[in-house]
Amino acid sequence: MRRYFGRKLLTYGITFFVAATIDWLIPRFMPGDPVASLVSRTNGISPESAKALYDYYNNLFGLNQPLPVQYLNFWVALLHGNLGLSVYGHGTSVTEMIMAAVPYTLALLIPAILLSWWAGNSFGALAARRKWLDSTVLPMGYILTATPYMWLALVLSFLLAFSWRMFPLSGGYGFNLEPTLTWLFFTDLVAHWVLPFLSLFLVMFGGWAIGMRNMIIYELESDYSRYLEVLGAPQSLVRKYAFRNAMLPQITGLALQLGVIIGGQLVTEIVFSYPGLGHLVFAAIQSADYFLLQGIFLFIIVGVLVANFLVDIVYVIVDPRVRVSMTGGTA
Amino acid sequence: MSLQVTDLRVHYRTLAGDVKALDGATFSIADKEIMGLAGESGCGKSTLGNSLIRLDGRMKYVSGSVNLDGNDLPIWDSDEMVHYRFMEVSMVPQYAMSAMNPTRKIGKMISELVESRGVSYKEIKPELQRRIDLVGLQRDVMDRYPIELSGGMKQRMVMVISTLMDPSLLITDEITSALDVSTQRAVAETLVGFRDHGFVKSMMVITHDMSILYQIADSILVMYAGKLAEKATTDVIIGKPLHPYTRMLVSSLPEVGVRYTDKKLTGIPGGPPSLLHPPTGCRFRARCPLAFSKCEEEPPFVEVEPGHWAACWKATGSDA
Repeated sequence: MRRYFGRKLLTYGITFFVAATIDWLIPRFMPGDPVASLVSRTNGISPESAKALYDYYNNLFGLNQPLPVQYLNFWVALLHGNLGLSVYGHGTSVTEMIMAAVPYTLALLIPAILLSWWAGNSFGALAARRKWLDSTVLPMGYILTATPYMWLALVLSFLLAFSWRMFPLSGGYGFNLEPTLTWLFFTDLVAHWVLPFLSLFLVMFGGWAIGMRNMIIYELESDYSRYLEVLGAPQSLVRKYAFRNAMLPQITGLALQLGVIIGGQLVTEIVFSYPGLGHLVFAAIQSADYFLLQGIFLFIIVGVLVANFLVDIVYVIVDPRVRVSMTGGTA
Repeated sequence: MSLQVTDLRVHYRTLAGDVKALDGATFSIADKEIMGLAGESGCGKSTLGNSLIRLDGRMKYVSGSVNLDGNDLPIWDSDEMVHYRFMEVSMVPQYAMSAMNPTRKIGKMISELVESRGVSYKEIKPELQRRIDLVGLQRDVMDRYPIELSGGMKQRMVMVISTLMDPSLLITDEITSALDVSTQRAVAETLVGFRDHGFVKSMMVITHDMSILYQIADSILVMYAGKLAEKATTDVIIGKPLHPYTRMLVSSLPEVGVRYTDKKLTGIPGGPPSLLHPPTGCRFRARCPLAFSKCEEEPPFVEVEPGHWAACWKATGSDA
């Protein structure tokens, strides 16, 4: 067991190193000079002072050093827990900006993932044994899961927010409000949360429901189900076993889907101008903000790796076959 | 009289039409009798075995009755049949290696299974452990998952589970085919042991392996293309078979002391007919060296001598 997790940790370590390196490279491949755009935002200064300001900022962000040195500095700073300063945020620390955006992102992401997983699996299992559900509602699942996140987001915001005005169009809370611990602010927050949540939830729900329905049908036809039926076990027991075993691939599926889901989350936030990480990524790209962009991606990389590691652990707990094969014979 | 099957017909529904996999079977198995059911693949052996305990979705009951210890089994009604499964009729399936839920400990699975049938696991556990000892397994298999057992161990475990309720009839379906010969022998002896200990009253051993039946069966029923061909005691089937198909089946077994480099082991030329549109008359006609004009009529399955049934015009002597 220890060897198994040791090996896993090593794999995750290597993955992190490679991902962080690519993360450092990508912004620097982007066209545009972040400092130039920062200086150009300072209106009405003479070319000499602009030059001085340019050099000052270049020095401040460490962009005047050769790339290999910048790369080394990146790792040294990272190991000190320092993600650098944001160009877009006029020198605010990247960590601070990420931390301000993360609650919004997590408040969307975690309920959307968990609820869609739970509801999709329950519904799929139900559809596997109700013919009318299988032939009416399940085709909807195929449409939903084939829908791109941002397209559904656009449709929802057009119908429910723009045409029918049931929900606010964009933002994390009303422009006329300040974040306070009041009932008014809270309800406003929830109203702004519903549409981005729904567009994530619905797409994922369709995928889980289809997967679960197919897995249940497969499990109900497997040998152990047939044997139970031959021995006269009631349907409740057969289905209980089938459901439990059908869940296992769905857990792996969750791990595999995490990256895709976060990608969908980012574009959904952009559609709704939701003040989470996706919105911040968009702003960082527009102002060629190397540090903010690489900071956010680094945060996402770590998030996906940690979530995958958790799924690995859960899998070992729920599937005795993995447990047995990992420990070489005896569970 | 333990089991009495009368004119049982079970067909498979396919898009092309009904496949007449079991087309009229009448036979009986006495108390304490181990009856072998032999025949080549696709002749309806497994269909007959399965239809006595559970018809799956594709199988269609057509006609006939099954009587076990004086009760008519409602084999066409799955909900009613539930009461008899496991308790009165049980089965060791062809897929014994994968018959146990891979994600449940074996003991836990057995406990959930028997409790779901209204039997207290606590009360049955001592007997279960005794039988685990009897088949030569360690008692700690109960705390293991199926993948931790070897194929032979799983097979023995499934045999113990299937017979736990002391059913009147046990059907075993090709349970020796995936095993090496020494394990085959052990499994065969275990089956006889179960009968001798009274765990099961009578047994139907489905196999295509005549040599296994020669070791353990009291009688052998030979099927061909969905019909019964011949039934008699094992010695008679091996020594003095009447039906040409049985004769050819038996003569295709290797004999001890014969060197097959000198004499070629013979098989039966040709293949069995399609059961979607079976030929009229005797279904073995096309492959039978003795076939004559009378064989265009269907031969009845009749008692030629006491305890010896055959469906062949030559055997019943009506060719005279």
